[in-house]
Amino acid sequence: MSTMLKITDLHATVAGKEILKGLNLELEAGEIHAIMGPNGAGKSTLGNILAGREGYEVTQGEVMFNGKNLLELEPEERACEGVFLAFQYPVEIPGVNNTYFLRAALNAQRKYRGEEELDSVGFLRLVREKLEILHIGDGLLHRAVNEGFSGGEKKRNEIFQMAVLEPTLAILDETDSGLDIDALKTVAEGVNRLRSKDRGMIVVTHYQRLLDYIVPDKVHVLADGKLVATGGADLALKLEEQGYAWLEDGGIATLDTDSPATTANP
Amino acid sequence: MSGETSTIDKMVEQKYQHGFVTDIESETLPPGLSPDVIRAISARKNEPEWLLEWRLKAYEHWLEMEQPDWAHLNIDPIDFQAISYFSAPKSDKDRPQSLDEVDPKLLETYDKLGVPLHERARLAGVAVDAVFDSVSVGTTFKAELRKAGVIFCSFSEAVQDHPELVQKYLGSVVPQRDNFFAALNCAVFTDGSFVFIPKGVRCPMELSTYFRINAAETGQFERTLIVAEEGSHVSYLEGCTAPMRDENQLHAAVVELVALEDADIKYSTVQNWYPGDENGVGGIYNFVTKRGDCRGARSRVSWTQVETGSSITWKYPSCILRGDDSVGEFYSVALTNNCQQADTGTKMIHIGRNTRSKIISKGISAGRGQNAYRGLVRVTPRAENARNYTQCDSMLIGKNCGAHTFPYIEVRNPSAKVEHEATTSRIGEDQLFYCLQRGISEEDAVSMIVDGFCKQVFKELPMEFAVEAKALLEVSLEGAVG
Repeated sequence: MSTMLKITDLHATVAGKEILKGLNLELEAGEIHAIMGPNGAGKSTLGNILAGREGYEVTQGEVMFNGKNLLELEPEERACEGVFLAFQYPVEIPGVNNTYFLRAALNAQRKYRGEEELDSVGFLRLVREKLEILHIGDGLLHRAVNEGFSGGEKKRNEIFQMAVLEPTLAILDETDSGLDIDALKTVAEGVNRLRSKDRGMIVVTHYQRLLDYIVPDKVHVLADGKLVATGGADLALKLEEQGYAWLEDGGIATLDTDSPATTANP
Repeated sequence: MSGETSTIDKMVEQKYQHGFVTDIESETLPPGLSPDVIRAISARKNEPEWLLEWRLKAYEHWLEMEQPDWAHLNIDPIDFQAISYFSAPKSDKDRPQSLDEVDPKLLETYDKLGVPLHERARLAGVAVDAVFDSVSVGTTFKAELRKAGVIFCSFSEAVQDHPELVQKYLGSVVPQRDNFFAALNCAVFTDGSFVFIPKGVRCPMELSTYFRINAAETGQFERTLIVAEEGSHVSYLEGCTAPMRDENQLHAAVVELVALEDADIKYSTVQNWYPGDENGVGGIYNFVTKRGDCRGARSRVSWTQVETGSSITWKYPSCILRGDDSVGEFYSVALTNNCQQADTGTKMIHIGRNTRSKIISKGISAGRGQNAYRGLVRVTPRAENARNYTQCDSMLIGKNCGAHTFPYIEVRNPSAKVEHEATTSRIGEDQLFYCLQRGISEEDAVSMIVDGFCKQVFKELPMEFAVEAKALLEVSLEGAVG
């Protein structure tokens, strides 16, 4: 395995306020890392910075992605290099057909990589294949991008887009938020089917329950702009039991998941 | 392709072979407006006495009127005495002799719009010989229309060949003293289209100005009259997506539609007159009065417009719903970029019982563009069960543009149902980022979002027109972002 993503000492501000304060992370191809943490810790900021959203300013540090300096690329170039962000709140684009949108995206990426663009027949074949893998119906295809979608449909649409675009690195930003347990299972199953040895994933979540269905290789705890703890999948369970409150009392640099946490007052 | 190109090149390069060039030249009138000028125009067109009288009367009304200033437009004063009200078509020797002499920027735009080669020459004002292709196409269609009993000709021809029809309907929808610009048009109109669909006839094809070559230079004071008799149907397309060059800065057109019982008129416009440069220099002032009269029961008038050109647009295609159960529709996309200003909308006047109207307006502002929707829905006392639905959406691209909405609703019958929905949105940074994050370039993302925004209107356009309109918006929005 090789290092796909290496984040070194990342500092970033939003509207003049420092949100990330020296974050370090290494992700190998084929791994799934979960990033957990209390609200306001900077979880979504990380995803937005990796995707290149405007308004997030990197003041220090470096992000290397497959040997390229990610921070120097435009957002659409990052997407074409294989960075995919599954949005916490996917936006509606009224009047733009979902299939048309996705084909435009795929072909923009193929063009960037010097591959031939897919015609509508070829694209539809690919789409059917992916729908089958994800066990979702083709109802989403005929509607406008996210327009009038339920929360569950929006998240499923994100996973569907991910399946079609086949990114190298997928960042799932609070994909579980606003989902009932059935929708959560569907989405998680989809993600699991897209696990592959060539693909890295970062799953950002506030709650442990998503990790019952998407079992991560590593769990990181993000608090106050830094990763303050790293462990295996069982770290998530500990956090579920004990909450994040213990972090606020100075916290612990690395938490041994076998030892009991200091306080337990959520 | 290369074979075709060389043929057309040759045609374009041909010298004009006919010898009356100088004669036409001498007929351009000096600037200024007076009864003599109107007499000269009328004489030049060999018009009957009644039409001259009609023009002169309109002129007298016009003298008493003032240029309206209620629109949300900032217009430099217009000196109406500095304008020449009749200029004969430019002689061929003054025109570019081939596309090589045409502004390369214009050609580039044609390229982006996919304008056919033989059309480019006509649009760019290249000497007429290059247009032979279209002329022959036009002739074929004319024969087919004649068979169906449809009259489709220039307004001037109609005055000569069908004076009784012209006299019966001219000014019956837009009276001479309707407004300042309509009065001006009545006095000095040059040419336009005339359409007559006889009782029970469904016009066998879309009627397009594209096929009416002789209207090439009638842009300034255009006059169009469409009459659909009982139970007839017609769909009329006006304009062209390719940018039209015109030396005349002031345009004041009048369009009148008459729909008798059970008749159906669909009128689609794509307006792309020169919008001026990035600083607002040049550009057409476009003051248009368009009105459809649903005179008969169950008649229908449907307006669809895509307005992307002109530096000033002042235009309110309207429907008078006089017949019981008649229907009026207005679908509009108006785009202003750079320094363009538009004040446009519609009027739906409900007079008959069970009349219905629908208004879908999409305004897009970019650059320093200003875009106003102005609409009136009036339900008169005897219009039982009138229905109106209005949806009025504005989109802003960038931070220096403006969108304004002025809806007027007057209801004088308690059984009326009038709905109005309005939204204003800035082209979402969220939407834009969503597209970018999927790998779509910023420019493609903007045109995709705008296209989606306009979909409800585009789907009302005839198929080929809709495709062109989409391309046109993309070109018009170039440089609006970033």
